[in-house]
Amino acid sequence: MELSDSVAVAQARAGDSSAFRVLVERHSRNLFRLAYRMTGHQQDAEDVVQETFLRAYRQLSKFDERASFGTWLYRIAANCSLDMIRARKRRGAQTEAASDEGAPDPMQSVPDPAPAPDRLAMSGEVGRKVAAVLEGLSEMERTAFVLRHYEGMCIDDIGRTLGVQPNAAKHSIFRAVQKLRRALEPLVSSAP
Amino acid sequence: MNHLTEEQFVLYYYGEGDGSPAVRAHLDTCESCRAEYASLQRVLNVVDSAPVPERDANYGAEVWSRLQPSLGRRRWTLPILWPARHWAAAALVATLVVAAFLAGRYYPKAQPAAQTANAGQVVRERILLVAVGDHLERSQTVLLELVNARPGQSLDVASERERAGDLVADNRLYRQTAAHAGDTRVASVLDDLEPVLLEIARGPDRLTPEEVENLRQRIEGDGILFKVRVVGSAVRHREERAASPAGERTGQSTL
Repeated sequence: MELSDSVAVAQARAGDSSAFRVLVERHSRNLFRLAYRMTGHQQDAEDVVQETFLRAYRQLSKFDERASFGTWLYRIAANCSLDMIRARKRRGAQTEAASDEGAPDPMQSVPDPAPAPDRLAMSGEVGRKVAAVLEGLSEMERTAFVLRHYEGMCIDDIGRTLGVQPNAAKHSIFRAVQKLRRALEPLVSSAP
Repeated sequence: MNHLTEEQFVLYYYGEGDGSPAVRAHLDTCESCRAEYASLQRVLNVVDSAPVPERDANYGAEVWSRLQPSLGRRRWTLPILWPARHWAAAALVATLVVAAFLAGRYYPKAQPAAQTANAGQVVRERILLVAVGDHLERSQTVLLELVNARPGQSLDVASERERAGDLVADNRLYRQTAAHAGDTRVASVLDDLEPVLLEIARGPDRLTPEEVENLRQRIEGDGILFKVRVVGSAVRHREERAASPAGERTGQSTL
């Protein structure tokens, strides 16, 4: 029978590493998706997944068993992603997606006039445009938006995760949505 | 009622805020707002199509195989080992001084003076890098406990207090040594870290939700965790380089 998260956490706390392994194998793919959406880079996302589980392992004794282990893990992953993004910025590392810094705003690269929406959807071009716009958001806008839109985290929790007031988190989401609308509306508004 | 704002649309879309019934009622009666909201919905729905590289079903097992050795290696952080640590730190600094002296005293006299000094510096650097790397990693663990605490709840920090108390003593030694060695980057991060460790060490065993939040904001607002993490990683890198034969030969860089 499959171990539930809470049972696996209890066993891992008692020193059973195979129980922690169950948690790692269960949550890795979702964490990778979150980390990729936040960092925008595969290698960084891999590192975030690794670091998240390390931190979780070290702090397992502090985990409140009444809470959801997945949610707790996501908060750690969000913080790890932020650390990663900040470290990358500070190092001035030129990552693949950031290598064209100084190039025109990704939103400006949205073609005009737009090709037919059905063709765009089929070719995945819309998806690529979305990724380009997300890449162009500020760290705070991107993080707040990813946590709200993809992870369904409420604004209060996003504020706590980012260490800002809920109002600041809310306005970051608004700005992100505004930029997405500006870039994507021409593409989707002519959809049937 | 005036037309709805974009912010109201966004909050409504995500089910946030307390204005949902009023927004719903307005949308039922206002065609232009309904069209505007439909446009927002289309954009946000399409956002879900952003590509994410998929990981296959074995990904979890791959993560585990990379993770497992690290879990074993970090067992030294068990609390039972902590009380003796600041004695170990003092011993390390003493060892450093002795090692530097011995390297200078017994290195073959035929060697040029510059090489003799270099050998002493290599020994000194390697010992100190190991100690400072460990110190920053332990400090990071304490800070993370606070940063990742469940919001809105009080927090038992008795063990963190004890660890912070030990770390403060170590921190002073390393900060002074780093400053003396001319490594301003490490000295600076240790300087930033010390007041936070002190605050934790001198605080109560159980923090109120407000105290947790204040500490969290201080740690994150001042970027202390980030600095500790980045400098810790740089120190580890230098430690590896110093341990390699090439690093031994060159012996460049301070702490």
